[in-house]
Amino acid sequence: MHKYKPVRLILENGMVFHGQSFGAEQATSGEVVFNTAMVGYPESLTDPSYEGQILTLTYPIIGNYGVAAKSETDAISDFFESHRIHVRGLIVQDYCEEHSHWNSVESLGQWLREEGIPGISGIDTRMLTKVLREKGSMLGKIVYDRDDEVEYYDPEQENLVAKVSCREVIEYGTGEKTVVLVDCGVKLNIIRELLKQKVRLVRVPWDYDFSTLHYDGLFISNGPGNPDYCAPTVAHIREAMRQEKPIFGICMGNQLLAKAAGADTYKLKYGHRSHNQPVRKVGSNQCFITSQNHGYAVDESLLGNEWEPYFVNMNDGTNEGIRHKSKPFFSVQFHPEATGGPTDTRFFFEDFVQML
Amino acid sequence: MNNNIESHHNTTISPNESAPAGRMHVKKALILGSGALKIGEAGEFDYSGSQALKALREEGVETILINPNIATVQTSEGSADKIYFLPVTPLFVEKVIARERPDGILLAFGGQTALNCGVELYKTGVFEKYNVAVLGTPVQAIMDTEDRDLFVKKLDQIGVKSIKSFAAATMEEALTAARTLDYPVIVRAAYALGGLGSGFCNNEEELHALATKAFNYSDQLLIEKSLKGWKEIEYEVVRDRYDNCITVCNMENFDPLGIHTGESIVVAPSQTLTNSEYHKLRELAIRIIRHIGIVGECNVQYAFDPESEDYRVIEVNARLSRSSALASKATGYPLAFVAAKLGLGYGLFDLKNSVTRSTSAFFEPALDYIVVKIPRWDLGKFSGVSKEIGSSMKSVGEIMAIGRTFEEAIQKGLRMIGLGMHGFVENKELKIDDIDKALHEPTDQRIFVISKAFRKGYTVDEIHALTKIDKWFLRKLHRIVQTAETLEAYQPEAIDFSAAQNNGFDELLQLAKQQGFSDYQVARALWKEQVSDEAPITIRSYRKKRGLLPVVKQIDTLAAEYPAQTNYLYLTYNGTENDVHYLGDHRSVIVLGSGAYRIGSSVEFDWCSVNALNTVRSEGYRSVMINYNPETVSTDYDMCDRLYFDELSYERVMDIIELENPHGVIVSVGGQIPNNLAVKLDDAGVRLLGTSARSIDNAEDRHKFSSMLDRLGIDQPRWQELTTLDQIHRFVDEVGFPLLVRPSYVLSGAAMNVCSNRDELERFLTLATEVSAKYPVVVSEFVEEAKEIEMDAVAQNGELVVYAISEHVEFAGVHSGDATILFPAQKIYVQTIRRIKQITREIARALNISGPFNIQFLAKENDIKVIECNLRASRSFPFVSKILKINFIELATKVMLEIPVEQPEKSAFDLDYVGIKASQFSFTRLQKADPVLGVDMASTGEVGAIGTHFDDALLTAMLAVGYRIPKKNIMVSSGGSRSKVDLLDACRLLQQKGYNLFATGGTQRFLAENGVESTYVAWPDDEEAALKVNDMIAEKRFDLVINIPKNLTERELTNGYRIRRGAIDYNIPLITNARLASAFIKAFCRITVDEIGISHWGEYS
Repeated sequence: MHKYKPVRLILENGMVFHGQSFGAEQATSGEVVFNTAMVGYPESLTDPSYEGQILTLTYPIIGNYGVAAKSETDAISDFFESHRIHVRGLIVQDYCEEHSHWNSVESLGQWLREEGIPGISGIDTRMLTKVLREKGSMLGKIVYDRDDEVEYYDPEQENLVAKVSCREVIEYGTGEKTVVLVDCGVKLNIIRELLKQKVRLVRVPWDYDFSTLHYDGLFISNGPGNPDYCAPTVAHIREAMRQEKPIFGICMGNQLLAKAAGADTYKLKYGHRSHNQPVRKVGSNQCFITSQNHGYAVDESLLGNEWEPYFVNMNDGTNEGIRHKSKPFFSVQFHPEATGGPTDTRFFFEDFVQML
Repeated sequence: MNNNIESHHNTTISPNESAPAGRMHVKKALILGSGALKIGEAGEFDYSGSQALKALREEGVETILINPNIATVQTSEGSADKIYFLPVTPLFVEKVIARERPDGILLAFGGQTALNCGVELYKTGVFEKYNVAVLGTPVQAIMDTEDRDLFVKKLDQIGVKSIKSFAAATMEEALTAARTLDYPVIVRAAYALGGLGSGFCNNEEELHALATKAFNYSDQLLIEKSLKGWKEIEYEVVRDRYDNCITVCNMENFDPLGIHTGESIVVAPSQTLTNSEYHKLRELAIRIIRHIGIVGECNVQYAFDPESEDYRVIEVNARLSRSSALASKATGYPLAFVAAKLGLGYGLFDLKNSVTRSTSAFFEPALDYIVVKIPRWDLGKFSGVSKEIGSSMKSVGEIMAIGRTFEEAIQKGLRMIGLGMHGFVENKELKIDDIDKALHEPTDQRIFVISKAFRKGYTVDEIHALTKIDKWFLRKLHRIVQTAETLEAYQPEAIDFSAAQNNGFDELLQLAKQQGFSDYQVARALWKEQVSDEAPITIRSYRKKRGLLPVVKQIDTLAAEYPAQTNYLYLTYNGTENDVHYLGDHRSVIVLGSGAYRIGSSVEFDWCSVNALNTVRSEGYRSVMINYNPETVSTDYDMCDRLYFDELSYERVMDIIELENPHGVIVSVGGQIPNNLAVKLDDAGVRLLGTSARSIDNAEDRHKFSSMLDRLGIDQPRWQELTTLDQIHRFVDEVGFPLLVRPSYVLSGAAMNVCSNRDELERFLTLATEVSAKYPVVVSEFVEEAKEIEMDAVAQNGELVVYAISEHVEFAGVHSGDATILFPAQKIYVQTIRRIKQITREIARALNISGPFNIQFLAKENDIKVIECNLRASRSFPFVSKILKINFIELATKVMLEIPVEQPEKSAFDLDYVGIKASQFSFTRLQKADPVLGVDMASTGEVGAIGTHFDDALLTAMLAVGYRIPKKNIMVSSGGSRSKVDLLDACRLLQQKGYNLFATGGTQRFLAENGVESTYVAWPDDEEAALKVNDMIAEKRFDLVINIPKNLTERELTNGYRIRRGAIDYNIPLITNARLASAFIKAFCRITVDEIGISHWGEYS
């Protein structure tokens, strides 16, 4: 029966949750956040935007369909959002070791162990989620024997984007048009979706000065942490905005474009991390269900006159995108590339490339 | 720029962005209900209709409801402005439209019945004629989904794969199609609810047989390649007229394709789909709903390849369905309510999430639990029925269990279905001869066969090979078996239950509870066959001492992301914190609900429960419901202050009582399940409201009740509880035949039977039952040609407050749940009524009744006997309450809350109208079952009709349960001499009216002797005869078949069975009771359908 070692999650407010370890038996710490999606744990775990975070899944039964192979097509992973797990720990209610799927090659636990990431099961994840909802995201640590096995780690204290961005320029695909993709921690499905549009893609590090490159459109990716660390990126975007070449941003890309447009960002109490966030296109009756993963939001009140809100969150009214009133600059806070999550807004990639 | 976003949508109605969002101008809307509960169309439509009515009322729309199902919540006062208890058929609906002139009609809330009726009215131009707008999904879209050819074409247009199928209008076309596709094939009848007439065929012979039958229900058959073994996945999709779409819930069938989704265990959300698969199917569902142009809700069913991402769309239901009711309960998203609002023209963005009341209704629920739906079958109630489950639906109800592990939810669920099972393990040993076969050819026992197979050493792989059930489910089930085996390995003596802890065992106990083991299961695993009644209590007190208690969790649609304003709750051992903060103010009143719908207990107890909750709330108490039936209105979180969607077991009810600390518990409105808990709860010190547990026991216990009647000098049929055949024969010598025999252990067939001679008695006792000290048989005197009379009443402190006396049309011998009931009683002596009231008063006093109760009487020439007494609401409470317009449950609940009530002034004698309750049978779905009525109940639903006299009320009721007025030819086989006499006048009347009568030998002679002409037709087993009754049935030469079973001789049984079954299989109205047949014939000979008055309920006063 209990083959898993006892383990504890301790929150910075002193609350302790007891569970069993099903991943790597290694103490860890980070910012504890929750995601309410019911599918897509391999995608979430490898999403670079989770860098520095301990992820709680509210769906209680996790691991059902195992983990797919680490196969690649044209140097891009077929089934994951990056080449490694980015979360620092995973917290679930009921872990399922005995996975069942034609596409799985190993269990979630095996994968976590391989990558040295702890996983805890047997936690009242609903209770934990309510704590995070009421008190806000907070730091936590996963320990086995002693409380002081590891110190609290606050991912806000470092530039996470710099940690997860590519180190050098990488080129993908061929096409008449060229898109520069500023990698703040890009999810691979953004690359897959852009490549489907038959463009040449130049992926550059977050602080790379792309003004020297010839390109037709600029894409600013998602990424982890506080957008304030990305001042160099914002400066480059501002520079790019002098031209009229289309700019499209997703998630962190929305925040950085907003900053470039004069607005600021602020931290949400507990963020949006789910596959069911409703957004409405401002001034229309068009609504979309979106996949989201962000802790910061754009304060649109500070947007320049040339700009306008593009999408709004129908639950809490927060900004979900901005656009320039006359130029082809726009960005969304949600994830049109999905994986995981609903694919309703995938048309943005096609729209963007058609503008080039 | 960016204007190409819009271009991605195929909007059928272009949103006018400048116009303010909001609803269309509908002043008066007609909504069609689904009629009587039947297999494939049950309580879920009471729920959806009630929700739709609520949505319309909120908008100030005047509502007209047509639904003859008088036991429903939607047909209650205040639920719609006008309620017509009329058949949902084009004829009656048109009459109501002509009279009411509504400007809108809703077709999606009354199941296939309402949809078919709506399509018919649309085709005949009735909506156009009366200028009635169809609200929500346009009729053309409905027809696109219902006609297979159109449907496939429609999907082809958007590149969505459907199951390759051929429509066949003739047998030849069907056979050719099958040859092209290659066997095995599946046959479906177009426009048929719940897979009626559907099935698998492995060869030409099977196809021929099935298609012959199926053509009786539908002009068009669909022959398609079988994808047996694929996963079956469903999505519930919503679209507004601005083209915004959401999928509210997806569901995965535990049983792979091949078993109708209504027959399958279903989980939500899907468990074995990856993100890519989940969203691929979701995206397709949205593409489909947009292309078809649904406005409101629809359900998309997929077959999904377990070895790739290949898929086929099985079907789309362009209406609220059983699955949508389940999805609403599974997610907390009120699909029917929202669909109704969208039908009025709202956008999803206009509506709020009704659980958080702050966030938008345009969202997709995130579940942080798993739900498991399990069907409930009652196949044991029917003799001869095939127990195999397949592509046609046979189940009569369902349950939904909620947990935070699959193991927890499925074990809860297996207890909830109420078949005496304790979960997946620790049940009484199942006798199965061939496990391989039982796994491969599933029956209603399938899940328990899997349990047995594990015990016999079958591996997950072996079971998967035989069942094609995904290994994920099987491995989870295997874990339950492993935990049971670990528990079983313990010596109970080695555990010290008085100690504070037992290392090792404690962890195991916790694991077992997290996997949904009940205290009884744990006890039985430890003590095996020696498990005592106290053992589960021992486990309970031990774990309470250990602090091993379930916690209460809220269903909030957003997995705790936003706070919920409603209390939709379940209990789980997989958690550490209660979501509810208990005040301990003793203001809660807990109402125990009815559990799964089954034969004998369905929507009527939901009506009772809802009315009790309403009264509890209006009297200032906190109304608390416990029930687990997703088809009900009582499990709508809006209906009460706290809804515990959980088990009605002693263990779980006590868990909740200990948390709630209630003012009291009501056990008398939910039927037999709560009633049975009364004594145990009382023993545990729980305060039961109303009649005491001791009184309930005195009425329930046959011996105690009988001696009380003797003491009061009230007559009852003689009876004895006997344990040997010798004793039975001695009783026969004393009492004579016929006898009613009630075994406590049934091998096969019906549980009760009437035996008219020694042969029959011997046959029944040896073949069908077991007689022993362990399984005694109750034998009672059976009074022939006696009237059966029902007394429904409410008493306070033993004094009668209100009562209703109704009479059966049939003589005693037909179960009261199957009988046609007349209220107020029209044809009984005043003296009989007086005596019945007197007896009722005496019993009420003797048992000191405070609350609802029901007594059944036999009356023969003023000789009155009591046959049964239940100190709870009965099946007929909603019927009599609505006819009399006095809410018996409201009064009863006030009595139970000790609020003084006054005796209503009105009496049944004041009524200028009559109500008739007629039963709905579902024999068409129960292949091979003998469609005969007896002492055991067989009907699945009922209707109530009101008329100015007996004939119009009866005719309306009979039409509402599917009878048709015969045109020309009537076949009569009138049974024994008494029933022959009973039918003579009716036959004479038929002759006068110009009907052609056909009769079997004895009947034909009898009619001739009495001057009634008829054509002789031979019995089915008469090899020589030219004009055989069954051939004529197959040729559909008759418009009505009357077959009265004569006796239980072999030949009679076989012949009668073949006639009855033939009538059912060829969809010819069948009546098997002489009194009912006679009444029906007289009614339609005396008045025509056009003479039936079209009046709404409020007009009868």
